Amino acid sequence: MAHRSKYTSPRSRRYVKRVPIFWWVRKWNYTKFILRELSSVSVAAYAVILILLVRVVGAGPAEYQEFLEVFQSPVSIGLNIVALAFVLLHSVTWFNLAPKALVIRVRSKVVPPMFIVGMNYAAWIVVSAAVAWILLSP
Amino acid sequence: MSKQSKASNEPFWWALFGAGGVVSALFVPVLIALFGLAIPLGWVEAPEYQSMCTLLASPVTRLLLFAIIALCLFHWAHRFRFTLYDGLQLKHLESLILVLTYGSAIVAVIFAGIVIWML
Repeated sequence: MAHRSKYTSPRSRRYVKRVPIFWWVRKWNYTKFILRELSSVSVAAYAVILILLVRVVGAGPAEYQEFLEVFQSPVSIGLNIVALAFVLLHSVTWFNLAPKALVIRVRSKVVPPMFIVGMNYAAWIVVSAAVAWILLSP
Repeated sequence: MSKQSKASNEPFWWALFGAGGVVSALFVPVLIALFGLAIPLGWVEAPEYQSMCTLLASPVTRLLLFAIIALCLFHWAHRFRFTLYDGLQLKHLESLILVLTYGSAIVAVIFAGIVIWML
């Protein structure tokens, strides 16, 4: 740590253990935590892709076609496989944690955690099917 | 900025993160599977241009789409902020990271609003 000549309060001089930058590669649980957190990058990328989709639909049929063709490149397919793996990790970890974040009581009885997890997966299936149906039905 | 006002912002960003977590967990996998893989690989037909227009003409779709986009972006901003803090030990760059994450999310949400509104 660099020596500073100006006054620092005793609080800021408390002992802080240095943690190596790549502390999360040595244990699979820690790596999994970082991978789960990185899933948000895929989420943001698809938010941007949705904005672009609206834009190309507004621009015209040729632009829309071009937009669809970009996804056919091998690079895009590769990136999308990675992105899908990340968001699946996000969905599964998120749904499995749901009963910890949300404790529901019915007549003073706690709804079993497995029921809440099940409801989440059911909602996931319904939403996925609805989106696919709305987009793909002619 | 005082400590107190900083602390009071957290629940707001956390709520957006949580809502975004639910929405992205439900909607994003199917969107990636369709637009990223199934359509370009020819497993299913791409939606016709006309049907996309019809779909996006509806205010319900637009509102839903805007909500999904905005919540996904805020979800990313919050989570990525802490990934940088914890994963790369960058807590000392807090103000820069706040601008980069929440700032760019806000800019993108405004952009999304304009694009959807002007359609």
